[in-house]
Amino acid sequence: MICFSLSEEQSMMKDTVAKLILNNIKDNVHEMDEKCFIPDEFIGKFHELGTVMSIIPEEYGGCGFGSSPVMNCIILEELAFGDMGYAFAAGLASLFIIPIIEMGTDVQKKKYLPAYAEGDIPIPCPLAISEMSFKFDPVQLSTKAVKKNGSYILNGKKCFVPMAEKARFIMVAASLNGENNIFIVDRKNPGLTVGEAEKNLGLNTLGTYTINLENCEIPADDRLGGENGIDYDRLLQKTRTALSAVGTGIARASYEYALNYAKERTQFGEPIASRQAVAFMLAEMAYETDAMRLLTWKAASALEAGRDAARESFLAKIYTGDMAMKLTDYGVQILGGHGYIREHPVERYYRNARGIAILEGMAIA
Amino acid sequence: MINLETPEYLNNLRSSMNNLASGVLRPVSRKYDICEHEYPKELDIFRGMSILGRPKKKKNDSAADDKSGGSSKTKKGINLSTVATIEELCWGDAGLLLSIPNAGLGNAAIAAVASDEQLERYGKKWAAMAITEPGSGSDSGSITSTAKLDGDEWVLNGEKIFVTCADRSDVVVVWANIDKGAGKSGIKPFIVEKGTPGFKLEHLENKLGIRACDTGTFVMDDCRIPRDNILGSAEVSKDVEGFKGVMKTFDNTRPMVASMATGIARAAVDFTREKIEESGIKLDYKKNLNNVSSIEKEFYLMEANLEAMRLLVWRAAWMADNEQFNNVEASMAKAKAGRYGTLITQKCCELLGPLGFTKEYLAEKWMRDSKIMDIFEGTGQIQHLIIARNVLGYSSKDLK
Repeated sequence: MICFSLSEEQSMMKDTVAKLILNNIKDNVHEMDEKCFIPDEFIGKFHELGTVMSIIPEEYGGCGFGSSPVMNCIILEELAFGDMGYAFAAGLASLFIIPIIEMGTDVQKKKYLPAYAEGDIPIPCPLAISEMSFKFDPVQLSTKAVKKNGSYILNGKKCFVPMAEKARFIMVAASLNGENNIFIVDRKNPGLTVGEAEKNLGLNTLGTYTINLENCEIPADDRLGGENGIDYDRLLQKTRTALSAVGTGIARASYEYALNYAKERTQFGEPIASRQAVAFMLAEMAYETDAMRLLTWKAASALEAGRDAARESFLAKIYTGDMAMKLTDYGVQILGGHGYIREHPVERYYRNARGIAILEGMAIA
Repeated sequence: MINLETPEYLNNLRSSMNNLASGVLRPVSRKYDICEHEYPKELDIFRGMSILGRPKKKKNDSAADDKSGGSSKTKKGINLSTVATIEELCWGDAGLLLSIPNAGLGNAAIAAVASDEQLERYGKKWAAMAITEPGSGSDSGSITSTAKLDGDEWVLNGEKIFVTCADRSDVVVVWANIDKGAGKSGIKPFIVEKGTPGFKLEHLENKLGIRACDTGTFVMDDCRIPRDNILGSAEVSKDVEGFKGVMKTFDNTRPMVASMATGIARAAVDFTREKIEESGIKLDYKKNLNNVSSIEKEFYLMEANLEAMRLLVWRAAWMADNEQFNNVEASMAKAKAGRYGTLITQKCCELLGPLGFTKEYLAEKWMRDSKIMDIFEGTGQIQHLIIARNVLGYSSKDLK
């Protein structure tokens, strides 16, 4: 039945992740952003919560509780409230194993899942979707796969591949005879080269890389889902929904920071929040953040019901993409000159928020 | 547990209400836009149908409710069903929805605060609501109409404007002050029957939109009504519901107005989609926005905003159904839907080009109709004030 409030389990998880962010990330994120680096221990703190372990089926060493798109969105929003890069880094394990659990063959599950059930910090296995073109479209990939002598040959270039440098495997999205597919490529494959760390507008904490695939030959077994391939559209729906949750988290971070600042900052003898010009911006930030979350949850609910969520996930992504930019802009504006200085986080939210509309496949719901 | 999937019963309700809207309201939509002050007789089929669930008062629930098997609690899901119904009927025609007999704003006030005896007398009458005065709009606490007790009668004086269903209603719930020295606490609602001497419908307005419903001005000149026609208590005290009662009525009706805005905007979006698809463009909800035409992009963004409007409305209604305090969420729904309903209908006309400017189609009408949703029952600016005060923890003195 339709319900707009969190269950006890959902609100416990939300509080747990919020506490993790407050205790470990909030005070360190500025430094992490300046140094373009997230210490492993912070990723480890997230894994201690056991969210990854809980979704791995028992036969592969996990708890077998299954994964809930709504719960994943709740978690991602809280993580992104701390930092967008941290949200992607912490969610990287799910981004690898959820497609394998839901779409992989038995052979693939047996091969990849047990390592993730061990509880240590998993070696990153990112998803490579984006391509460096202004017309980039996840449904019209330039990276191509062809079948040859029982294996697949991949050719193309990818960008914004998180933590590719440290990766063990990389899931590469490529078009095979016009059908979009995912191929699991070993980082040591001679046909794959990882480029220099990218310098981006935002997302500094998370190192991203370009990768080059040149006649990269992979065994037929490493096509996700085997001979039949996968439901790529559904994968895209899940990643778009997840990105919407991240966008909501950034917007909320900017809103809450600006709200507190506006109450404390005094000009003309009173808090700037007591003027309608500022107060109305805050009101708009309040309801738009809620609207972003509701659109995200709407898409996640459709996914959770096992329904096609093409429309819902698409609308959520374009809405949150637009609003994350607008609201983080408001955040900087409310702080005025101080918002432009890197000591306050609103400038980081502003840079990061641009990514929501642009990025694809960075997290999964 | 969060679940925003639309339940089947609601989808069934929406589709049957949509049939009603497209079968009864749409066909006469233009007719009553032109014949502004003519009663739409087609609406007679709504008489006796309780399509719009109005919030029932909580305590001392009427015997009528028990007789009909109702419980003393709000019927489960009534607010959500109501906003869903309103969206569909406004998809048909918002002006006509506002003219549905016996579903006036005054009926909401009567349902909320009337005594059993008053319900007996007025429960089945069509009741309009008269609050606004020439000098008193958003600041409804500043009304100057007065009511003075003289023997067994109240004597009303003053002028009320922008009364919806002014001509068609049977009775009008008039707000007047019984003790000016007491300020807002003196403001009380009274039921005035049409035809009472000294109660004159002065004129009907010509409006930008929602022309199917009549809007009028009443002048009260020593208008005498029975002492029993005061709604609620005549006691003047800050603890007694009077003025606060008006404000509470609005907590319940703000999501309704927001769903009206959603219904009109959806009508415009649906028509625009039809025309876009007729031109051979296929909307697939897949391609990156950089790879679609500007019309598609604008369309998708409108649709996303429409979804946001509806979700904010549904959340506020769901909270009311679950007896959660929804004052700020009701304002959020109204702020978003009022503004974006206006913007979406404007944008649809733009995207439709000549089809959006001609009176041959209804798009131009929806653009006119939608505008009122950002104005009545609390302008968008008033909603922003309510939200801002709430999130900042400010009083009306801290944030004017």
